[in-house]
Amino acid sequence: MGRYVIRRILWALVLFWAVTVVSYVLFFLIPASPAKQACGQACTEQEVKRVAHFLGTDRPIYVQYGKFIGRLMPFSFSGGPHLKTPSLGNSFYNRQPVNTLVLRAAPVTASLVLGGVVFWLLLSIPIGVLSALRPRSLLDRSSMTFVLIGISTHPIWIGLILAYFIGFKLHLTPITGYADFFSPPHGEPGGPVQWAYHMILPWTAYSILFAALYARMIRANVLETMNEDYVRTARAKGAPESRVLRAHILRNALLPVVTMLGMDIGLGLGGAVFTEQIFSLPGLGRTSIQALLNYDTPTVQGVIVFATVAIIIFNLVVDLLYAWIDPRIRLA
Amino acid sequence: MALLEVRDLKTYFRTDDGIVKAVDGVSFEIEKGKTLGIVGESGSGKSVTCLSIMGLNPRRNTITSGEALFKDQNLLTMSPRKLRSVRGNDIAMIFQDPMTSLNPVHSIGKQLEEAILLHRDVTKKAARARALELLNAVGIPRAERRIDDYPHQFSGGMRQRVMIAMALVNNPDLLIADEPTTALDVTTQAQILSLMNTLQEEFGSAIIMITHDLGVVAEVADDVVVMYAAEVVEKAPVDRLFARPHMPYTWGLLGSLPRLDLNVERLVQIQGQPPSLLNPPKGCRFHPRCPYVMSICKDVDPPLKPVPDEPMHLDACHLDQETKDREATKLLETMRGAAA
Repeated sequence: MGRYVIRRILWALVLFWAVTVVSYVLFFLIPASPAKQACGQACTEQEVKRVAHFLGTDRPIYVQYGKFIGRLMPFSFSGGPHLKTPSLGNSFYNRQPVNTLVLRAAPVTASLVLGGVVFWLLLSIPIGVLSALRPRSLLDRSSMTFVLIGISTHPIWIGLILAYFIGFKLHLTPITGYADFFSPPHGEPGGPVQWAYHMILPWTAYSILFAALYARMIRANVLETMNEDYVRTARAKGAPESRVLRAHILRNALLPVVTMLGMDIGLGLGGAVFTEQIFSLPGLGRTSIQALLNYDTPTVQGVIVFATVAIIIFNLVVDLLYAWIDPRIRLA
Repeated sequence: MALLEVRDLKTYFRTDDGIVKAVDGVSFEIEKGKTLGIVGESGSGKSVTCLSIMGLNPRRNTITSGEALFKDQNLLTMSPRKLRSVRGNDIAMIFQDPMTSLNPVHSIGKQLEEAILLHRDVTKKAARARALELLNAVGIPRAERRIDDYPHQFSGGMRQRVMIAMALVNNPDLLIADEPTTALDVTTQAQILSLMNTLQEEFGSAIIMITHDLGVVAEVADDVVVMYAAEVVEKAPVDRLFARPHMPYTWGLLGSLPRLDLNVERLVQIQGQPPSLLNPPKGCRFHPRCPYVMSICKDVDPPLKPVPDEPMHLDACHLDQETKDREATKLLETMRGAAA
């Protein structure tokens, strides 16, 4: 177990390194000058050069990358070895520390993604299980219709439709915006209720695609598991149907859902970009889109670093969880 | 009075192609503490017969009729709740494939405890103690250390022992074993069979042993039912069946037994394929494959009737008594002669 975790962490470091290199290189392939952008339209050649020197963009790419990694390390050797806080640098655009920008945006995205996961599981597990228990029934047919619609429609379209009808026409929910769970800025709504109220539409828009995919997968898994020999064994032991379903069918049929969750959380972060944009949620997705438009390399890099770490940690947790719930997986 | 009496059991499955008559009028009985062997080819309806008795066929598309009287109560018409209290308690079942019949995500101890706790109002600790006792009884080495292991950590033979332990945990009066040794290798088969014999003496359960292996029947059964195409074609005490088999199908089964002590070029086989149960042949269902076929066989389904002077031996065949005796003697002589 310990060795497995260490091996996974080492692999995570390699993965982390690869992701940062690739994203750094990609950024340099964009034929644009961050310095010119940061300096403004009216800048002279001379001034742009000075800004470029100030930002460090006049140095070769490997030097910039080295400095970036150096700032990220939790220790430094300049002026004697000592510990320091890892830094993502400062934004090219507004000179704020990227750490602050990312940490301000991360809870918004976390609210969207984690709340969305809960939302789509709450939706897909009952739908999938019930339609598997009554295949070809009216319930099964209607939920499979929902699945088809959920898979075919784009989250952006769903989001806009929801915002228009439920938010704008019916005034049932806010159309856009975010309410902080803990400490809202002065004069703005906040607290758990406002937070959930503001998040209902984003969660729905964000979750429908995944809910549809998961409902379909869970239905198939349950249908398959129901025909397993050990389910017959459980009945032969005299177990009531409710127990057969809970302890024998669901326990096995929902195992792959855990694996899927681990993989989809990365995909889900990508999907969050759209949803944040539609509902003006100041999360990581919106932050990185704005940063991209401003050629704000450190901020984009910061978001990528943060997301990579989050995905790696989440996957590790899911793998460990999986080993715990499925005894056949041996961590060796 | 018989422990279990099955009368005219019929199990039909509705399918897209029509109605499959998987069991078509099967009757037999089994006494307390005895072993009944049910033999037949794959698809002859042996397993479905037993699943019907247990009420384990998929409810949606199954039509069952007839009677299965267990201690004078009809299992086929019992309420689901009542039937659940019988399953695993009075009647337990062992399945063919031990690799897939145990739940992979629960430890074997937990699965045994579940069987106990479903029927007995005892503490978890007591249930665990009982589970351990049974694991020892079926010969799991170091059972107290293996009780928390998972099915995938056991070999096939060991898993079948676990299945047997799980079936016996509530001291059932009747144990239905559906080809318990088919998925195991030969040495393990012998171990499991002798284990079942020992346990039968210890626990006093009656056993229905479903198998396609006449060797298994000869070893463990007191009485034998031979099934062909959803019907019983011959029924006799085991000694009698092997001494004087009466049905051409039974002869075919005996003739196709592989034997190490015989040096024959190829095994005798029964020609043709088992018939489709969607529309079985008219008359005797075995007639298209029967080497002794007569014109009457093609029209009239022979009833299962006792042999003259042998009320315990029943067969369903139009051949006259003389021919049956002569052919049976001839078959057994060839088998014995070749052995000598």
